[in-house]
Amino acid sequence: MDCYTANWNPLGDSAFYRKYELYSMDWDLKEELRDCLVAAAPYGGPIALLRNPWRKEKATSIRPVLEIYSASGLPLASLLWKSGPVVSLGWSAEEELLCVQEDGVVLVYGLHGDFRRHFSMGNEVLQNRVLDARIFHTEFGSGLAILTGAHRFTLSANVGDLKLRRMPEVPGLQSAPSCWTTLCQDRVAHILLAVGPDLYLLDHAACSAVTLPGLAPGVSSFLQMAVSFTYRHLALFTDTGYIWMGTSSLKEKLCEFNCNIRAPPKQMVWCSRPRSKERAVVVAWERRLMVVGDAPESIQYKQLTIQVLLDRLVLRRLYPLAIQICEYLRLPEVQGVSRILAHWACYKVQQKDVSDEDVARAINQKLGDTPGVSYSDIAARAYGCGRTELAIKLLEYEPRSGEQVPLLLKMKRSKLALSKAIESGDTDLVFTVLLHLKNELNRGDFFMTLRNQPMALSLYRQFCKHQELETLKDLYNQDDNHQELGSFHIRASYAAEERIEGRVAALQTAADAFYKAKNEFAAKATEDQMRLLRLQRRLEDELGGHFVDLSLHDTVTTLILGGHSKRAEQLARDFRIPDKRLWWLKLTALADLEDWEELEKFSKSKKSPIGYLPFVEICMKQHNKYEAKKYASRVGPEQKVKALLLVGDVAQAADVAIEHRNEAELSLVLSHCTGATDGATADKIQRARAQAQKK
Amino acid sequence: MAFPHRPDAPELPDFSMLKRLARDQLIYLLEQLPGKKDLFIEADLMSPLDRIANVSILKQHEVDKLYKVESKPALSSNEQLCFLVRPRIKNMRYIASLVNADKMAGRTRKYKVIFCPQKFHACEMVLEEEGVYGDVSCDEWAFSLLPLDVDLLSMELPEFFRDYFLEGDQRWINTVAQALHLLSTLYGPFPNCYGIGRCTKMSYELWRRLEEEEDGETKGRRPEIGHIFLLDRDVDFVTALCSQVVYEGLVDDTFRIKCGSVDFGPEVTSSDRSLKVLLNAEDKVFNEIRNEHFSNVFGFLSQKARNLQAQYDRRRGMDIKQMKNFVSQELKGLKQEHRLLSVHIGACESIMKKKTKQDFQELIKTEHALLEGFNIRESTSYIEEHIDRQVSPIESLRLMCLLSITENGLIPKDYRSLKTQYLQSYGPEHLLTFSNLRRAGLLTEQAPGDTLTAVESKVSKLVTDKAAGKITDAFSSLAKRSNFRAISKKLNLIPRVDGEYDLKVPRDMAYVFSGAYVPLSCRIIEQVLERRSWQGLDEVVRLLNCSELAFTDTTKEDKASSECLRLILVVFLGGCTFSEISALRFLGREKGYRFIFLTTAITNSARLMEAMSEVKA
Repeated sequence: MDCYTANWNPLGDSAFYRKYELYSMDWDLKEELRDCLVAAAPYGGPIALLRNPWRKEKATSIRPVLEIYSASGLPLASLLWKSGPVVSLGWSAEEELLCVQEDGVVLVYGLHGDFRRHFSMGNEVLQNRVLDARIFHTEFGSGLAILTGAHRFTLSANVGDLKLRRMPEVPGLQSAPSCWTTLCQDRVAHILLAVGPDLYLLDHAACSAVTLPGLAPGVSSFLQMAVSFTYRHLALFTDTGYIWMGTSSLKEKLCEFNCNIRAPPKQMVWCSRPRSKERAVVVAWERRLMVVGDAPESIQYKQLTIQVLLDRLVLRRLYPLAIQICEYLRLPEVQGVSRILAHWACYKVQQKDVSDEDVARAINQKLGDTPGVSYSDIAARAYGCGRTELAIKLLEYEPRSGEQVPLLLKMKRSKLALSKAIESGDTDLVFTVLLHLKNELNRGDFFMTLRNQPMALSLYRQFCKHQELETLKDLYNQDDNHQELGSFHIRASYAAEERIEGRVAALQTAADAFYKAKNEFAAKATEDQMRLLRLQRRLEDELGGHFVDLSLHDTVTTLILGGHSKRAEQLARDFRIPDKRLWWLKLTALADLEDWEELEKFSKSKKSPIGYLPFVEICMKQHNKYEAKKYASRVGPEQKVKALLLVGDVAQAADVAIEHRNEAELSLVLSHCTGATDGATADKIQRARAQAQKK
Repeated sequence: MAFPHRPDAPELPDFSMLKRLARDQLIYLLEQLPGKKDLFIEADLMSPLDRIANVSILKQHEVDKLYKVESKPALSSNEQLCFLVRPRIKNMRYIASLVNADKMAGRTRKYKVIFCPQKFHACEMVLEEEGVYGDVSCDEWAFSLLPLDVDLLSMELPEFFRDYFLEGDQRWINTVAQALHLLSTLYGPFPNCYGIGRCTKMSYELWRRLEEEEDGETKGRRPEIGHIFLLDRDVDFVTALCSQVVYEGLVDDTFRIKCGSVDFGPEVTSSDRSLKVLLNAEDKVFNEIRNEHFSNVFGFLSQKARNLQAQYDRRRGMDIKQMKNFVSQELKGLKQEHRLLSVHIGACESIMKKKTKQDFQELIKTEHALLEGFNIRESTSYIEEHIDRQVSPIESLRLMCLLSITENGLIPKDYRSLKTQYLQSYGPEHLLTFSNLRRAGLLTEQAPGDTLTAVESKVSKLVTDKAAGKITDAFSSLAKRSNFRAISKKLNLIPRVDGEYDLKVPRDMAYVFSGAYVPLSCRIIEQVLERRSWQGLDEVVRLLNCSELAFTDTTKEDKASSECLRLILVVFLGGCTFSEISALRFLGREKGYRFIFLTTAITNSARLMEAMSEVKA
């Protein structure tokens, strides 16, 4: 009779465990695992082995070998290690293998042993060498912590977005800590380390001493520490053979256990079974394994989501299986099939033996315009594999032109990037490309490029108008745009120059440009302006007062008002001021001066080219009815009524209008008949109207 | 009087949400800089900001002192400085000089720049060039739609007009697209879209792309506004160049309405102080006269005054209880109405003093002659005299432009002589103004024998020409022929009037210009809405030089209620005038629609001309 519980062993009072083999490893290892650097990826991911990592001799024959196996021991890759000595191996959450070298360079490999990239952990690490390294996983990605030979820590919380942080110094630390680990709290990575009986917590800013709540006395050193996968729990093993288990916030003890083994354990890890609330720590020595458990009220996290599962399949290049799962689970396209196809495409571009055309076509045939597929991402991957032409071909399929721009810039296809940016309608993007181009090309080529892109040109011109005036001038020169060059110099004559000579010189340049632009009008006008400016300067010197920058009209007026009629006449002749303007000008100026005598003389100097109604108007504006009436009598018959109304002679205006038999004039007069005084006049008009109608 | 809305007129959506959104976002941004801070505000943003968050709200969020961004150095002693600015390069230089001055003095403070409504890369670039990019933090306040009234949204971007239509700067197009995107997220998709103009087309396409990228957000939402109509200001310059004679437009022309309010000076208030008055539908008196032809307004106001007096007079026969009721319930309202009434009567008197003079009558007469295309010689002499007499540089310019556009450009002799006269009167620097006006197509010269086909072939030749940089110029001088006369005939813009046009009971939109002219922009909108497309308007579109730039985009929308289909959002890129708003409000009442207006800014003839003018630095 079988006893079902026979192979179950008690663990404490209420829990049991058993040990059985799930499957046997398919691998055929020649070395002992203890002679290798080993790293197993989380969630039953692949296992990496580095054989002969500690080569002392320089002999090439015993170069280390990097091997990658599936969790069941199927060989996935094997390659000869040709780089520097490796201190530590680890898998990122994306199942990328990180190999940390002694000099702080980290080499990144894919699941199939394909080299991806490398990065360095900084100069400090390079100088002091890597003593120890840990790869850790947070919700933001996989991080890497380094302990250097100078006993300092350098940390990157996410190797995918490398930002190095050098942690503060631990005061008085002379030797390496006896053990250390990374913690992750409130989205920030910390380091907990043990030095003798003391524990220190390092964050970016400070190093603080910490204590464990409820720690048994007599501890003089910590030998091992382990943090749970979710960073919630922490376990420490002391030199007294005592295990403390608690929360990693160091606020609460969950349980403690004294195992009476004082030898330092080889390994200590947290473990838990799926859907189990029980948590336990497994401690391993050379020949002994111990499971220490408790029953904390923790919740099992479903860390391995369907997305992660799909990612794993994709990494193992099991695309059809992944797609079938997506279809079975009816995942939305964007999360499911499209994503897998995109991954497949990224894999496809790495097949170097297939021609660019074939790869691009194959990808487009399969992907079409599947929603959620970013051709620019795939192209970026192709470029990463050194296939620039393929990348450009792939970008052609990207419907959003704005998305194409960053990669095109990276690939130094700036001109193409410029047209794509313009297509996108995003002016900021256009401007970014322009700045790239400006640095990349020589000035001539840059201008030529602009010339073929009016939209970019006007954008850049706007910028230059405010920030780089000289460049603006060069742009116009390049285009032979003499009209704009002329305008440019006119502006300059106002903005930059104080001295008259300088201004005149700028205007001369402007006039020359206008001639070249065949804009005779502007050229002549500019020459007139130069003449006027010189003359105004002279007037200021000779007569005092302010003349520079007045209009021609105002210059003449100012002269008349200042009593310099002769100079005014001269100026009017020199600049060929038309008669009509001159009459208006003189009339207004003399009325302003209230020089009625001179005005009358002027009015009789010859027949007025503007008639005499303006005289009436201007006198009335100066409230001089007496003078106004003089001129009203000289106003021609067509404007007589208006003139009489202006001077307030409604009755006579009515008579004239009646005489003219002009309906419009009659109603105009009528509209001026106000109050009782004009009653008789109004009647008169009405009678005239009635009579006119009879006829 | 004061046409009421038809009983079946659809309800307007509630746009006050836009204000709340803007306010919340601003507060969030201010809180990003915790602690006391001084706020530097760009002058142009002061009025719009005031409509969103008043000083006490700013103080609540630890704004200590307020400064205007100007050319003077700042005297702030605060440790944190916050700048609220438009994305302009001159502002960047101001900020950089301030930061650099601090650096020289060995002083460290926190600086934060909030760009409204968005930042431009060029601005950051300038900060970088001036060496302060690392010292300041940049943020965006995406406040681009200010509800000035229940049916009027303004982007308050007067520079849009010059930037796009003169300088060819397309940066604001993104802002427009974002604003439209915001509207569709808040008020549902627009089942029917129409548009005309190059800027319109680009903005529309960018907007569509934004919607596609954020697919699903508006999907399934019930549309609240059935139609959207976008048009570029340069499709119709004529209307914007005319003198306004409807009350709200006239107030704008005379006193300048700024961000929905106006400062009435002592000549209006008949005291020694000026008065800031908010002009919108909440002002009951104003609401009744805003769309009226000015000739009716004074009569209406005096009638109103008499009624008011009668209501006050009711007190005489009251007993104590009735009196108590009157005081507690009616008096306040009456007093308020009294106050508003006296303000508008004051404004009217002031306008009458300025505008009913003979000069103004003759000006209007000339404008009408230009619109109708008769007595061109006489009008040209009138303009010449206007210039000779130095009446007003802006007015003279406006008349020249009106002549040019209605006549398809000036004949070469007039083009030269009017410009010469103008330079003599108002100063030689206006040579640049003329170059601007020519580029924008506002003041051009008729080329001899320039028939439309000749121009077209010329342009297409230039397009194929390699010297692409010159195309812009070619387009502006040649292709922007206005063809106003032909368009006017096709669209019947000059109503035939038998006898007097009754301005009290208007029969068409022409009433906003005393019955002489139906605003072109509004007529286009009317025609397209009637047809629900551009069908049959091909010739008009061609004459407007918009053959490739007029579009209709209709989606089948089952969820659209009949009420929503009578709501129309009209978007003016480059500004709209109060006359156009009044005309469309009239059209709405006639047809049972309601119009909502979105404009980059309120404009009028003076603002257009000022945007084109070059003044001495």
